[in-house]
Order: sequence, then structure tokens, then C-alpha cells
Amino acid sequence: MDFHHSEDRQMLGDTLRRYLAGKAPIETRNKVAYGDTGYSPDVWHGLAELGVIGALFGEEAGGFGGGGFDIMVVFHEIGRALAVEPFLGALMAGHALAAAGRTDAIEGIVAGTTIAAFAHAEPQDRAPGDPLATRARRDGDGWTIDGAKAVVAHGEAADLLLVSAQTDVGVALFLVPRDAAGLAVRGYANIDGGRSAEVTLRGVAVPATALVTQDAADPIAAAEAAGLLALCAEALGAMEIARDQTVDYVRTRKQFGVPIGKFQALQHRIATVLLEIEQARSAVINAADAFGTDAAPRALAAAKYTIGATGQLVAEEAIQLHGGIGMTWELPLSHYAKRITMIDGQLGDQDQHLQRYIALGRAGVAA
Amino acid sequence: MDLRFTPEEEVFRQEVRDFLRDHLPERLSRKVKHDLTLTKADLEEWHAILHARGWLASHWPEAHGGPGWTVVQRAIFEDEAARAHAPRIVPFGVGMLGPVLIKYGSEEQKRDILPRILDGRDWWCQGYSEPGAGSDLANLKTSAVRDGDHYVVNGQKTWTTLGQFANRIFCLVRTDPAAKAQEGISFLLIDMDTPGIEVRPIVLLDGEAEVNEVFFTDVRVPVANLVGEENKGWTYAKYLLTYERTNIAGVGSSMAAFDRLRSIAGKLTRGGRPLTDDPLFAARMARVEIDLANMATTNMRVIAAAAGGGAPGAESSMLKIKGTEIRQAITALTRRAYGPYAQPFMPEALEDGYNGEPIGPEDAVAAAPAYFNNRKLSIFGGSNEVQKNIISKMIVRL
Repeated sequence: MDFHHSEDRQMLGDTLRRYLAGKAPIETRNKVAYGDTGYSPDVWHGLAELGVIGALFGEEAGGFGGGGFDIMVVFHEIGRALAVEPFLGALMAGHALAAAGRTDAIEGIVAGTTIAAFAHAEPQDRAPGDPLATRARRDGDGWTIDGAKAVVAHGEAADLLLVSAQTDVGVALFLVPRDAAGLAVRGYANIDGGRSAEVTLRGVAVPATALVTQDAADPIAAAEAAGLLALCAEALGAMEIARDQTVDYVRTRKQFGVPIGKFQALQHRIATVLLEIEQARSAVINAADAFGTDAAPRALAAAKYTIGATGQLVAEEAIQLHGGIGMTWELPLSHYAKRITMIDGQLGDQDQHLQRYIALGRAGVAA
Repeated sequence: MDLRFTPEEEVFRQEVRDFLRDHLPERLSRKVKHDLTLTKADLEEWHAILHARGWLASHWPEAHGGPGWTVVQRAIFEDEAARAHAPRIVPFGVGMLGPVLIKYGSEEQKRDILPRILDGRDWWCQGYSEPGAGSDLANLKTSAVRDGDHYVVNGQKTWTTLGQFANRIFCLVRTDPAAKAQEGISFLLIDMDTPGIEVRPIVLLDGEAEVNEVFFTDVRVPVANLVGEENKGWTYAKYLLTYERTNIAGVGSSMAAFDRLRSIAGKLTRGGRPLTDDPLFAARMARVEIDLANMATTNMRVIAAAAGGGAPGAESSMLKIKGTEIRQAITALTRRAYGPYAQPFMPEALEDGYNGEPIGPEDAVAAAPAYFNNRKLSIFGGSNEVQKNIISKMIVRL
């Protein structure tokens, strides 16, 4: 048993932490995150050069990592710095492409020269197993795609969208360039920083080479597994900072002539937050350890449920314990609280993942 | 990171499993599994079996009869024993007094007392809490006044677990009433058959008398029975409490209890389907199961840190809170699973040799007593609120 990251991963984490602290302290981050582009190309390219994207992929995909603990280390730091650069899209699109054997398409993503977005979720709800509303039909040698994709992270900034669509034989994945005719992207700011987009496809014609796979179940599952682990690790990092800032605050803020941390009503709430964050850390460790194995689906569902429930606790308590100042835009904490909260809704919230955990258990999937 | 045990540790785990398979009497494991009442003889039998193998005092140094296990080996043993539904090791002699004597006792005390703990000649109980000193233990009032070669002890201890089985009691007594609360306390060993001691059972809400009041009236205790120095007892008591907190998370026994809950909920139906298919009940179970899986890793993180030489601080308190919350949640769900059949109160059905006609589903009659009994978990060993004070003191530092 050893609960330390390997030396290489520790170094990667330290490098990433130092870089983001220098290049994207919270004021700079906020300016960028709520600005027109929603991320910093400078920071993105800098991190790509440091090998941060390469760490997210295995050697077969041109990277030098790609394991659960690699993803954990990187996104943990992303969470601590509230970095808004388009890592999640790179990770998810890249892992889907790798699972489909299209490593040729990953090169630019790993190098950071291609910004990728994973465009799978749709505006309409649908039952598991129901067909996607986005359809692709054969059109000569190529394909034509019609449909819509919802809340695509960095959809505007993306050079390349990995789009899922229903065909007559199943779910397929297509590589669609951002500038394809018929592709409309309506971008918007997110409340927790960064930008996302509603993507509409109207008669988007792509060549045969754009088809990644006509049997996309496994690649999509691979993308979602990586994405879930990343979001969990990101939330963990953000929760640590929210915790530290809250502990600092109750030690210094005085009311009734004493630091408010002297009050037992607050002390007990903080103790609960501290211990639940350690439980959440264990959930992320369990998921990272299971990543890539048969136990991954259930461990990821457990982790996302835990992160969702704990994240809500931590964000709400951090704001409450700060009092009025915790409500302000000016305070860094409020941006951490927003990010932690919004992660619950990404790739399925705590209730969905609890149900998934139960369903997988019934199906006899290992915990 | 590597969450796996070493091959050597896995070999050890197999050795423990083999031992439990060959030597844990089914009669005892069945009682533990089904929440039936263990007698004094049951507990002594299990101690004797472990002692014969040299595994009773798992954290004592080898020189005093311990097995020389690492922290990880101890955790593996505790985990496997709990999962096999072994009776618990009664903590007072082996887990509490033993380590205090090894660290602070005289050579004579070590020589005389430690072997008697191991071979079962002595059954110790703990004289700490008093009616006015619970969480605020340092407020204790039981006095010991020096009179020649003896202390004369007067006062009252309470919540003395299994005191009815004990022939000896280790007590915190006040030897200097003028000193500050923590500074006038001494650690005294007293024979229960000394004149002036009276043990009165306290019947708990499950109908069982697991705990007692112990009254001391002019009880004469030889000065040789003082552990360490006079008025330094608080130091020894605090050291003992750190031992009370090892294995505080109770991961193994909670996992065993959860497995049993899952099996019960799979058999019992509500509204025509197994409880495990009831969405609300399944969600309650899943939340506990996930919390438990998370805690298992939190626990291993603390054990790994301890194996690396770290001293657990706030982590012990976190594990105490989370471990007891989870165990209580499991016993609450087990009680709920039986619905109205948790209500019949038949303590005799929990005793050895009961052959009466059962009422309701199998084991229903044990569910509510086990649930109510386990409310103690968040109260004893430093209440969960005291644990939160400790966490806050260590982290907020105000």
C-alpha cells in the first residue's frame, strides 16, 4: 500500500501548480474565465508544452500517461487553480478516439494545436438506450448530419468537434471541423467561468474519413469514464481550496469580539466539511485506481455521487461560514463554490450516479 | 499510488483466514452474525483460542507476548476477524490496561499482571466515567486518600462495561483535590472483591445490563497498585484513549453488517418486491455502501500513514465519527427492513438455547435491540461532538 503519487506524477502536479499560480492567479483567471474567449490561449499552449495534455494519454495515443492517477493529478491541479482551459474536451475526445483506434486524429490534440470538443449530450432528455436525436445518413461517399448538441464545453473555441449521431445501425462518432458548412455554434458564458455552446447541425456534410466509428458505445463510454474521473478530481482540488479559505476566514474574522471560529456551532460544521472532503478524496482514489478495469463503472458512479453530494455540502457551507462576503463576486471563494456546484450537473448528477451505482450492482458489476 | 497489499501481506491474510476457518467456533460466529447475546464464557473461549495461537494481544511487543505484527498486519487481522463474525476482543485488559502498563507500569506490575490478562485469569473493567464526568472526564470526583500503605477510595464510577464479569478494575481517582482538574488524578488498580465495592447493573434501552455503576465506600487499595506516579494519571489515561481509538472505524465489522443487511433486504419484500428493488430503500443502502467503501480507503490511508511512522491526529476523530455514523446507519436500515416485526420484544430469544416459536421473519427480534444498543457508538469513546471539537482544535487552531 502506498498512497503517495509516483515521483513523476508528483513532479507533474507540482509543475502544473507552479505554472498556474504564476500565470493564472485568481484575478487573472476570472478576467479570462468571464471574458470573450473563456480561456487563455497563452496558458493553454504553455501547459501543452509542459506536457500536461500528453499526461492524459497513453503511449499508443502519443502521450506518456493516460492512467487513472495521471488524470487525477492533472485535474486535481486544474480544480485547485479553477483553470478554464479546454482540457476536458481534449481528454474526452482523445479517449474516445483512442478507444476507436483513431490515434492519427489525436496528435494535434496532444500537442495542443487542435482544440477538441466532445459533442455528445443533447438538449432533449432521452431514456437509456433510446436513439440520439442527432442523425447521420449516408450521402454518396460521405455523410450528412442533422441535430443539436447541448452545453458543449468550449464549443466556440474548438477547432474540431467529436459529434455523436444515430445511424441506421447504431451510434456513430464523427470528426466535424468547427468551420463545416451548416454547423452553427451559439456560445455563452458559464456562471462558473469558461464558455460553452449550443451546437446545431443542419445538413452538415462530412467526408467518409470523418467517420470515427459506427459502433461508438465503447468509445463514448471511454470518454465518459475519463471525463467523470477528471471532474471528480477537479472538484476535489476546488474543495480543498474552498476548505482552506474558509478555515482561514473563521480564524481571522471577528464578531462579538472574537474570531468566529471560536464558536462551536461553526466548528462542528467545519469538522463535518473536513471529514467529508477526506471521504471524497478516498472516492476519487478508488475511482482512479479502478480506472481502466471492470470495476471502473461502479467506482466512477460512486465517486461522482460522492463528489456531487459532498460538493454541495462544501460549497454551501463555505458560503454560509463566510457570511455576506461569501456572496460577493470579489471574493475568490465564491468562484470556487460556483465551480464545485456546477460540476454536479456535468455528465450526470449525484442522483443519476446513485441510480447507476444501484443498477450496476443489480447487474452484478464488481464494486 | 498502490492500493494493493504486498504479496507477503496477502500470505498473512490467508494465514488469518485459515486460522479463523479452523479455529473460530461456528457456535460463536453464528451468535455474532445474528446479533445474539454473547456470554462471559463465550468471550473467554475466544480469548483462549487467540491466546493459544499467540494472537490475542496484537499490538503488544513480542517481549510481553504480542505477535510482533506490523500496523498493516493488525488491520488485516481485525478486518478478517470481523468479516468472519468473530467475537470482539474485550478491550479493557488487552487493548487498554496492557499498553498502559507496558509503557508506564513497574516491572513487578508488568510481570504479575500482563500474563494474567493473556491467559484470562483476570477480567479487567474500566473505572473512568462518573455521573458528573462523562465527556468532561477530568471533572471526576472519586477520591483516593493516602493512609499508610493504602489509599482509601470513595466515590462512584458509571457506564462500567461488563463490570459484572470483572474481577479487577482500573480507575482514575483524584489524589490531589487542590490541583487543577487534570493534574490531581492518579491511575489505580483495584480488586473488585475488596470490601466496600458494590456493583449495580444499569439496564439499557434494549433490556440488557451491559453496563454498571460501581460504588466505592472506604475501599482500601495497596499503594503498590498505583500505576506510574501519583497525580500523573491523566497522562496515562490519554495514552490509553489513543489505544481505545485504534480500529475505531470498524470497517470490517461494518462490511460484515452491510453484507448481512443486503442479504436480509434481498429476502424481505415490501409491496410485492424485495426491499433491494424498492427504489428508496435501495438508495438508502447504496448511500451507506458508498460511504463505507470511501471510509475503507480513508482508513487504509490512515493505516499507511501510521505504518510510515506518522501519528494520527484529526484522522482518528474523523474515523470515529464516520465509522460510527455508518455502523448506526446500517443497524437502522436493518431494523427498518423488518417493518413492524422489529417491534416484538423477546430478550430470551437472543439467549443461548432458546427453542421457542419465532415471531416474524428470521432474526427480526434481534434488529431493534441491536439498533438501540448501537446508539452508544456516537456517545462513548469521546462523543462524536467531542470528536468534532478535537478536529476543529487541530485544524482551525483557535
